[in-house]
Amino acid sequence: MIKVALRGLLGRKLRTTLTALAIVLGVAMVSGTYILTDTINKGFTTIFTQSYKNTSAVITARSTISNSNSNAALTGGFPASVLTKVRALPDVGAAEGSVNDTAKIVGRNGKTVVTHGAPALAFSVDPHDQRFNPLTLVAGSWPTGSDEVAIDSAVAKKQRYKVGDTIGVIARGPEHHYRVSGIAKFGSVASIGSATMTIFDLQTAQRLFNKEGKFDTIRVASKNGVSDAKLAAEISPVLPAIAQVRTTSAEVKQETTNVGFVGFIQKFLLAFGGVALFVGAFVIFNTLSITVAQRMREFATLRTIGASRRQVLRSVLIEGLITAVIAAGLGLFVGFGLAVGLDRLMSSIGISLPKSATVFATRTVVVSLALGIVITLLASLRPALRATRVPPIAAVREGATLPPGRFAFLGAPLKAIIAALGVALLLYGFFVHHISTAQHLVAMGVGALLLFVGVALISAWLVRPLAAVLGWPATKIGGSAGRLARSNAIRNPGRTASTAAALMIGIALVTFVAVLAAGIRSTVHDTLKETFVGDYAVTSPDGFTPFAPASERALAHLPSVTAVSGERVGDGRAFGKVVQVSGVNGDVAKVIHINWVQGSNSTPAALGSSGAILEKDYAAHRHMRVGQSFTLQTPTGRLLSLVLRGIYKAPKGPPAFGTVIISQQAFDAVYPQPTNIFEFVNIRGGATPANTAALKHALASFPDVKLQTESQFRKNQSRFIDQLLMLLYVLLALSIIISLFGIVNTLVLTVFERTREIGMLRAVGMTRRQTRRMIRHESVITALIGTALGLVLGFFLAFLVTQALKKDGIGFAVPTASIVVFVIAAIIAGLLAAILPARRAARLNVLEALQYE
Amino acid sequence: MSEAFIEREDALPAAGTAVVSAAGVTRRYGEGDTAVEALRGVSLEVQEGQLSAVMGPSGSGKSTLMHILAGLDKPTEGGVKIGGTEITRLSDSELTKLRRKHIGFVFQFFNLLPMLTAEENVLLPLSIAGEKASTKWVNELLDRIGLSDRRTHRPAELSGGQQQRVAIGRALVNRPTIVFADEPTGNLDSKTSEEILTLMRESVDAYGQTMVMVTHDPLAAAIADRILFLDDGLIVKELGHVEAHDVITVMEEFGR
Repeated sequence: MIKVALRGLLGRKLRTTLTALAIVLGVAMVSGTYILTDTINKGFTTIFTQSYKNTSAVITARSTISNSNSNAALTGGFPASVLTKVRALPDVGAAEGSVNDTAKIVGRNGKTVVTHGAPALAFSVDPHDQRFNPLTLVAGSWPTGSDEVAIDSAVAKKQRYKVGDTIGVIARGPEHHYRVSGIAKFGSVASIGSATMTIFDLQTAQRLFNKEGKFDTIRVASKNGVSDAKLAAEISPVLPAIAQVRTTSAEVKQETTNVGFVGFIQKFLLAFGGVALFVGAFVIFNTLSITVAQRMREFATLRTIGASRRQVLRSVLIEGLITAVIAAGLGLFVGFGLAVGLDRLMSSIGISLPKSATVFATRTVVVSLALGIVITLLASLRPALRATRVPPIAAVREGATLPPGRFAFLGAPLKAIIAALGVALLLYGFFVHHISTAQHLVAMGVGALLLFVGVALISAWLVRPLAAVLGWPATKIGGSAGRLARSNAIRNPGRTASTAAALMIGIALVTFVAVLAAGIRSTVHDTLKETFVGDYAVTSPDGFTPFAPASERALAHLPSVTAVSGERVGDGRAFGKVVQVSGVNGDVAKVIHINWVQGSNSTPAALGSSGAILEKDYAAHRHMRVGQSFTLQTPTGRLLSLVLRGIYKAPKGPPAFGTVIISQQAFDAVYPQPTNIFEFVNIRGGATPANTAALKHALASFPDVKLQTESQFRKNQSRFIDQLLMLLYVLLALSIIISLFGIVNTLVLTVFERTREIGMLRAVGMTRRQTRRMIRHESVITALIGTALGLVLGFFLAFLVTQALKKDGIGFAVPTASIVVFVIAAIIAGLLAAILPARRAARLNVLEALQYE
Repeated sequence: MSEAFIEREDALPAAGTAVVSAAGVTRRYGEGDTAVEALRGVSLEVQEGQLSAVMGPSGSGKSTLMHILAGLDKPTEGGVKIGGTEITRLSDSELTKLRRKHIGFVFQFFNLLPMLTAEENVLLPLSIAGEKASTKWVNELLDRIGLSDRRTHRPAELSGGQQQRVAIGRALVNRPTIVFADEPTGNLDSKTSEEILTLMRESVDAYGQTMVMVTHDPLAAAIADRILFLDDGLIVKELGHVEAHDVITVMEEFGR
């Protein structure tokens, strides 16, 4: 029987291939995600590990706020005298102090190189002692003296910098120029993503970052035979309060936890892999169901010559299993290519992360194969069970039909129950508040899954009316071929429904994100418009990286400028939680609309060194009233006692400020390296070309900032929505492609099944062209049914989400243009899917088709 | 009652044991006013080693009779025994076991599996039953059906006659108690039909294979040891071995 199954597959190569493809892509998405995120994780781990090569223990400045790579910038280091004390300890073999901070490289276009949120790393290296140096030189030499810098090979390549070139670097204030002494790379890491590196000698770095007499890191090597833990324990007592020591492994572990977002990316991408597999399951289910129906005589014959039901079941399942194994195996390796594609996709929206050599973990193999195989087998279970119900008498009788299964009477109510259960779970997931995030997500996910399955089942009843409406244009355009196409589409409603269902899922999700994005976009747009009332905005070139506040002072000196307000940004700890702190000056209310609950536009100017402003809900939850005081802890551990001076109501969209607002003056006093995230400018005459030119001129020596008019700023700030939307579209396109394979498959099988009928039509005068047209129209009608169902479901899901997010101001907006695009895309997709089957139908030899047994 | 019409002619060969027997079989399709009676009370016995032909015009119930004798369909009333076992009350899995051991089929449209070779098709009943055939028997059988040199061909590479030979091989391979042939020449030209009929006759003679054939072809009926004529759901005449023209004469008696 295994032979029968194997031969059966070989005998139906096209069908098997198309079926397998449905799973290949889903599995590839899963394996590609794992490969990519593993490679990224390994890249990070390698960087962290190699950063401390030959190191037993690491001394760093203590941060009260654990925060990624900007620790050094936030803390400002610890006294260099620590090094002398550490070197004097008995078990210390060697110790070396260094500075690590951030510094932006000015690119060939005169603007700082955009790192897309990745750090612009800067550190000191001892040119004469390579013991602790994680980097290796690719060209030139290590920098020595105050006018030399080494840069990383990736940025050198991208910006075409060579050894000997002059390069601009911005650390704290204005741009400094250096000679490129060398080009370096991180040991064995394939790529550090979009991060950049500048390397100086120690003194230059200390001067550049205002850390004279200070270090950010001391790497300590132990004497032979001394454990890392023992060494750390020995070092700990000699450290001042602002420094801490960790064993190297603890330090690496600590830094690795800071890249937990890779785990999020992994889950995010896996979700799309899951959707692709789900759609693939529909395609497989449908193809196998049709195949089983067409092979009734074969199964019946097997039964007459002694095959048991179990054997028939096994043979169909074995076919499914073999398809699954091949497809999953193939998908596993297609995943390599897809990993590259996913990486490109993320880079295109600015997420570029470090990568080691490609990591192909055992887990990737196991999970991808298991998912592919299990899902295929589940999808083939029902067709296989149907095959067992083929009665032996079907071998001798034309047009025998399958007897209904034992549970057929449950059919109709069961379908409705599945759909209803899905809706109930969705409602639970969206509107019940006291459950955990994981419970929310599971309820929503499973709910959506059940809803899709339920609607797919129910949709068999809807095929007839839908085809009547959606097939109407076909009957007008396609003449008799179109009319036949419409009747063909409703001939087997169950089959049309489940073919359409695969596409329905993709369209529903695309519609869902489109509707949601439209809602978010309009909220963001309204909020930005209401909030930012200045004439001009200054940001870093990418729009969100903090930058040195020097440009703010330069702008303030312009005579025509009536208000400049830079918004400082930093982390702090208040009420036991890490919060974002904003530092503002007295002009802030002139450029940002503040909806005061208590206080007025003159409040910011009167904050002084201890005043603070909080958001209404935040203050209310913490029972804070104006005049009461609270404590803010800075990353260096400084405690700032603040008095609440004003309360404002935040807009529903993106907030203009961090949680705690203090004055710039107070901010600069406690944050060692203050940075701005925005600067807003009012100027006499507003935004005019002349004013733009004047401001640009004033900012010419600040390559780390970008000048925008207020409307450009708004557009740039909402661009991320469109980028995210594009990312989601591309990821969902995979599922839609899979559903197209489903349509191709169904049509190919249908053409095969109707061979005799098509021969008859040709015999009575249907041209090849009309035959093709008939298939094409049927394909488009199927695609449109899937689209119609998908649109409705997508709207429904988006409606639920917007209702749930009402308080966050995300409204329900119909993206008409997008919907029109989807419908057109579906028609094109239907036409594409019909190409192969239509050609097959038109190619049929009339005589042979009629004689076909 | 209705058997009273049966005209027995004493031309049967020396009677062996009955391997298949039917008693008072009726078969009704549908209910109430629209009910159709395909069989209205048929009793018969098939002796071991005998080749019986069931003839009759279309709608006479001959196919239904065969389906019921072979356990493919269940009678409304009456019983059927194969090798002493009452089959009408067997479960699906018991019937499956019965088919493996006792029943072979030859179909009008051959019903070969297109992806298997001729030899694999022949051996399929054994492999399904998890048994192994002796090489000697397989070679002899392939020789008998004349496909020794075509054993690796797929059905699509074989002519209709050759395909039916494969089907006959498949029906014989597990030496079943009885082989049912459903219009075995219905899809073949006259010359090929003759070859197939010769093969069937030879198989009965060589292996003592009991066979029941449903046909409307007088030439086919002429190879039988015994011919049963069905009309309107009843056996109306039974003959021993007769020549084809005599069969035609009998058929004409029914005016069809």
